[in-house]
Amino acid sequence: MAGLDAELHVQHLSHSFGPHEILRDISFSLKEGRVISVVGPSGGGKTTLLHLCAGFLDVEEGKVTNTFNKHAFAFQETRLLPWQTTLDNIAFGLKAQGMKKQQRYQLATEIALRFGLEKKDLSKFPKDLSGGMRQRVSFARALVIEPQLLFLDEPFSALDIGLKQELQQILIQLISAGRLTVFFITHDLMEAIKLSDQIIVLDVDPGRVAHTFTIEKPQQERDDAYVYAETAKLLANPVIIKTFELSIASSRNKSDNGVTA
Amino acid sequence: MNALLNIIKNFPRYLWSGWGAVSSIFLFITLWEFGFQQYGELVLPSPKNTFHTLWTMLHTDNIMQDVLITVKRAIWGFVISAGLGSFLGMLAGLFVTASIMSRPIITILMGMPPIAWIVLAMIWFGTGDNTVIFTVVVASFPIVFVGALQGSRTLEGDLKDMSDSFKAPLLMKFTDVYFPHIFSYIFPAWIAALGMSWKIVVMAELLSTPDGIGAALAVTRSHLDTAGALALVTIMIGFLLFIEYVFMEPIKREVEQWRD
Repeated sequence: MAGLDAELHVQHLSHSFGPHEILRDISFSLKEGRVISVVGPSGGGKTTLLHLCAGFLDVEEGKVTNTFNKHAFAFQETRLLPWQTTLDNIAFGLKAQGMKKQQRYQLATEIALRFGLEKKDLSKFPKDLSGGMRQRVSFARALVIEPQLLFLDEPFSALDIGLKQELQQILIQLISAGRLTVFFITHDLMEAIKLSDQIIVLDVDPGRVAHTFTIEKPQQERDDAYVYAETAKLLANPVIIKTFELSIASSRNKSDNGVTA
Repeated sequence: MNALLNIIKNFPRYLWSGWGAVSSIFLFITLWEFGFQQYGELVLPSPKNTFHTLWTMLHTDNIMQDVLITVKRAIWGFVISAGLGSFLGMLAGLFVTASIMSRPIITILMGMPPIAWIVLAMIWFGTGDNTVIFTVVVASFPIVFVGALQGSRTLEGDLKDMSDSFKAPLLMKFTDVYFPHIFSYIFPAWIAALGMSWKIVVMAELLSTPDGIGAALAVTRSHLDTAGALALVTIMIGFLLFIEYVFMEPIKREVEQWRD
C-alpha cells in the first residue's frame, strides 16, 4: 500500500504549444488523501495541466513529481473501447497489470454491480449503453485498479443530477476512507466545493494560478446548504468575478432583484 | 476461440435467416426463365436446361479439375494481395509521408483496367498460373491496401492515451486497442478483394491459360454453347455465394457486432 508521504508535486510548470503559451509558472502540491480541483474558464489550459500531471504530455519547463504508486484516469468522454464488452472495458486496467482472466472478471463484476450496473449490462457493447452507464463503466474501470491517485477530467459534466450525486458520493466515501487522492478539473464551482480540499483558480492567457482556496470542512460534512452558501461566497469573490468575467452577470442579477447565486 | 464457438453456435439461426435471400434468388431465376421464353434457347437457355448441363458437367472429371485450378489461383492471388496489402497499408498508414505518397500510386493501380494488366502479364510471364495470379494480385491489392491504410491512419490518440494511462503493455495495446480498430477496416476490404479476385481470375484465364474455368468458358464460346457458358458462370457464382455467405458473413457478424 501507499507510503504516507506520496504526493504529486508541481513546481514552476510552464507549457507552450508552439508560439502559444498555455501555462505559466504553476506550482502546487497534492498530498495523499487530499483532493485538489482546478477551476477556470474554458481554454485556460486546465486539460493541458491535467495531461502534464498524468504524464500524457512531456514536461518542457518546470517539474512534475508523482510519487504515487498507482494512478488512474477517468475521462470526460469515457473513452471506452467500442469493440469490448462492459466487463472487458472495466477489467482493462487489471489486464494491463497482468491479472488472470477469472480474477479480473470477478473484480470487474463486483465493482460494476456496486456502480449500479446490472448483470445483463456486462456483456453489452458500449454502443448499447446509455451515456450515464458508459460514465459508470469509465469510473469503474478507473477505480477497480484501486488507484492511489485519481485524475478526473470534467467527469460529471455530461451527467444528470442523480447520477452525478451518486458517483460523487462513491468518491467521497473512498476519500473519507483515506484510500484515494484526487486531482480533477472542472468548470462547475459547486462540484469543486463539494469535493475538494483545495481549489486552484486558473486564469486564462496564459493559464496561471489566480488564487487558491482552501476548504477545511471534511467532505462528508458538506451538505447542500453548505455547498450553496460557499458557492455564493466564492461567486462574490473578486478573483472569481475577474477570472470568469462575471461582472455582467452579477450586475444583471442585482438589477433583476432576483436570487444571487 | 470464443468467437469461433459463437460463430458455430449462431450458425443455424443465421442459415435460417437466409430464406429471404433464397427467395430473391428464385425470383431472379423466374426472370431468367421469362427471358428465355422471350428470346429462345440460343440467346438465353432456360434455367432448367442450364442446370441440366451443369449437372452433366459436374459428373465429368475435367470440369472439377478446372474448378480446382481456378479456385487455387484465385485463393493464391487473394492471399498474396491480402497479406501484402494489409502489411504495406498498415505500414504506410503509420507515416504521414508514406500515406500521402502512396495515394496517387494507388489511384493509378486502381484506375488501370485489369485487361491491360493481363496483356502485360502475358508478355512478362507467358501463359500459365503466374499471369493469372499476378493479375489477381494487382487488381485486389489496392483495395486491401487502402483499407489497411485508412485503418492505421484513423487510430485514435484518445484510446492510446487511455491505454497509456493504465500502463498497458505494448502487446496488449496492439491486441486490445490497435488491432480491433485496424481489423474493422481491413476485413471489409478483404471481402471486397475476394469478390474482385474471383472475377479477375476467370477473365485472366479466359485470355491467357489453357486450363481453368475461364479457359472452359472460352471453349463454350467457340462452340456457341450458351448453356455450357451459363453453367460455368453458375459454378463460379455458386462458389462465391458459398464463400461469402457461409464463411465470410458469419465471421463478419461475429467480429463486427460492436458496431452500430
